[in-house]
Amino acid sequence: MTVADEAIAAPRPRPRRSLRAERLLDVVIRSIVPVLLALLAGAVLLAALGRDPVTFYKNIWIGGVQGSAWQDSAIRMSPFLLIAAGLTLIFRANIWNLGYNGQFLLGAALVSGLGPHLVTDVPLWLAFVVLFLVAGAAGALWTLVPAVLKARYGTNEIITTLMMSFIGIDIASILIKGPFHDPTTPLPQTAVIPLDKMLPSIPATRIHIGLLVAFAAVLVVHWLLTRTSWGLRLQVMGANPRAARHFGIDLPRLIVVSFLASGFLVGLAACADIMGLWGYIRTGWNPAYGDTIIPFVFLARLNALAVVPFVAFFSVLSTGGDLAAQQANLPTDFLLVLVGLILIFMTVIEFLGRQRDLGASYVPAGLRTAFRLRRPRP
Amino acid sequence: MQTQAAPSPPLVELRGITKAFPGVLANDHIDLTLRGGSVHCLLGENGAGKSTLIGILSGLTRPDEGTITIDGVDASISSPRRALERGIGTVHQHSTLIPALTVLENLMLGDTRSLRLDESAARDRLRELARQLGIEIDPDARAADLALGHQQQVEIVKALWRGSRVLILDEPTSMLTPQGVAELAKVLARLKEQGQAVIFITHKLHEALTLGDEVTILRQGRIAGRIARDAMRTKPHDELRAEIVRMMFAEDPAAVADVAELQEEVVEARAEPRVDPGADVVLELRHVTAQVEGTERGIDDITLELRQGEIVGIAGMDGNGQRALAETIAGQRRATHGDVLLFGASIVKLPVSSRQKLGLRYVTDDRLGEGIVGILSVGLNLFLKRVGESPFWRHGRIQRAVLEGRAAELVREYDVRTPFVTTRAATLSGGNIQKVLLARELSFEPKVVVFHKPTYGLDVKTTATVRDLIRRLAADGGAALVISTDLDELVEISNRIAVLSRGRLVGVVPNGPGAAEQVGELMVGGAGLEAA
Repeated sequence: MTVADEAIAAPRPRPRRSLRAERLLDVVIRSIVPVLLALLAGAVLLAALGRDPVTFYKNIWIGGVQGSAWQDSAIRMSPFLLIAAGLTLIFRANIWNLGYNGQFLLGAALVSGLGPHLVTDVPLWLAFVVLFLVAGAAGALWTLVPAVLKARYGTNEIITTLMMSFIGIDIASILIKGPFHDPTTPLPQTAVIPLDKMLPSIPATRIHIGLLVAFAAVLVVHWLLTRTSWGLRLQVMGANPRAARHFGIDLPRLIVVSFLASGFLVGLAACADIMGLWGYIRTGWNPAYGDTIIPFVFLARLNALAVVPFVAFFSVLSTGGDLAAQQANLPTDFLLVLVGLILIFMTVIEFLGRQRDLGASYVPAGLRTAFRLRRPRP
Repeated sequence: MQTQAAPSPPLVELRGITKAFPGVLANDHIDLTLRGGSVHCLLGENGAGKSTLIGILSGLTRPDEGTITIDGVDASISSPRRALERGIGTVHQHSTLIPALTVLENLMLGDTRSLRLDESAARDRLRELARQLGIEIDPDARAADLALGHQQQVEIVKALWRGSRVLILDEPTSMLTPQGVAELAKVLARLKEQGQAVIFITHKLHEALTLGDEVTILRQGRIAGRIARDAMRTKPHDELRAEIVRMMFAEDPAAVADVAELQEEVVEARAEPRVDPGADVVLELRHVTAQVEGTERGIDDITLELRQGEIVGIAGMDGNGQRALAETIAGQRRATHGDVLLFGASIVKLPVSSRQKLGLRYVTDDRLGEGIVGILSVGLNLFLKRVGESPFWRHGRIQRAVLEGRAAELVREYDVRTPFVTTRAATLSGGNIQKVLLARELSFEPKVVVFHKPTYGLDVKTTATVRDLIRRLAADGGAALVISTDLDELVEISNRIAVLSRGRLVGVVPNGPGAAEQVGELMVGGAGLEAA
């Protein structure tokens, strides 16, 4: 009646490296496949609209990469990267700072308002440092109310940050029309900062040094999240707030500090964009970078380094896309369709992956054995 | 309805079910046959693969290999809904009822066949099922107001709601009082009469022997043995018990001896050597009151002393303020009145981390909910209460080599079965997660430790290990407060047993002959309603 039990062997642990490689491969597949599928679906859509998808994608390449076009794409990257860093940090804590537009525009308004005076009154390098800090502080300050409300009373930060964002956008508008208005023009805009007083370029390129600031911020955020005790606390809070309380982590303080850091980075993005690219601000201008960047922050699985290639990809797409859309006689909003498609495919693949449970691959069993993703069993 | 003698044809057959998680083969070619009108017991240590197998059958997990046939037809079970459609209902270990809703609302909730909620039809269905099971359920009672035994009956009705023929009961007795178990046995008998196939998962051998018609034993993801219907019916229990224990723990003869002793159903009150009454009071609660939001109960005016070397048990049905008591001592919950003293100094204003540094530890009962962070490695989980402290962090930077080295030592010392210290904690089995918690709380000079249901859901061997750890802590000059719903456990290890009822301490009984009866009376006297 009983089965012999000598057949029970010791558990068979697999070597660690293959486990890591497997996980890495899994992550790569889950991040890149949605992008490819979106481009494919976009091609189908283009064909259905009577446009040639090959020409469209080729024009994106021409307008976003070829020649010196890659430099235009790179210039777009700096605010994207800084916002992505700020969002990565706060999303890791499972806190939803959705007030980035208000934080960004307040920073931008202050930089555009104070910049024209500051660059002529103090040494240029000092002006840049002060402007970056002012913009960062403005962004951080604008997260303070949601942060304290959440830390103190557990108020839902999605609502409070969104509300604060609207208020921030309006205040920015008031600032531009009021104290920061350029009296030499009837248009509601600030004084234009002269080209030679803007952020200098990286030698031999047209790319302003805001990109370096952005890369530095990404590296710092990645280091904070992966190597430090602060990053671990943040991650624990994000993964399981009840556990965090059980472990004795000071949650209210951590919530406020991570909010401030996130807002600060969004503020830096505003300064880089104004001082590196635009030189002034007009009312009604709201690039809403954060809205387009969020999908990529998730595609990068909240990894600050992994976000870089995605941001680069999107910068190329949006820089070259302007040209491609124009040539194909499509609105530039078509690019947002592509972003939307990425989001949809990401969700689908995430769902399939979840179904196969606990980080296992969603690739069908036959393919898995074919590619030796998992050792076939006897 | 069906004759009890002849086994009915197989209802569900599992063939060669295999499921691997990173580093572990949770199920390795499992074959299982379920027949109508029969209770099939699934036994095995923590981590033997029972939960995975149940997950596969109930549609939560998909197998890597293997086939499932229902009524001889190949059937894939790709989601919990699919499982229900195919007539497989599951009663999970933890309640899935929504406390604020009534019984009827909870039952209608699972029924998504039509948009309209048909209350009168649901009432009829409930009446019919209750009659079949021989139970009485008030359809309009709020789920939160039901005793655990009754909640479980509602869960069973919920699983049968859409005409299930296979019922999975995942450790259904672990939260029940002896009376509750007896009622469950009656329900099981009715289910068999109805021709249901029941899978019954338990850690208690005597339950398997009295309630089961067939037994399958899993070990390390494989079938370690089976006992068929005829053997279950004819062989004496002692012989069967020895056979099962041998199959469960074949690799470890020493464990078999321990376990065989543990499994004696008669638990004798062991007269523990009294703690020296002159020993220092290490933990003192003075008129402590704390509130809890929601339906759970807080604590009211608790006064208690814990001396060095002492183990004090807190008995009581679940939900009588246990969590509030533990959390208030640990610092996770604010006391609205009263004082908590550790070594004579008030700690009531100190945060959790400061209390930990003073040697006060809390082994939570909510192991998955707050005990671990599943996405982090086992190694990190072992040190999550020491984040930022040297030598594991220096100037805020993690020292991975130091941490993983020390984690490996702890894993060995506490016999945590994990492929690597870098394995994600969520993939461990319940027993091993508890070992991680114990390793974390009992390392680095613990002095006073609050254990909340320390052996709940653990297999017999791990249970014995945990109780030894508690005894050793007390013997080494520490002190333990053991909150448990398992009276046998408290009688086995405590010096004194206090009874918690409706948030109040209704009495303290020194352990010794007759202690269990006294505690039982206090529990019932203080909480007649809960004693269902």
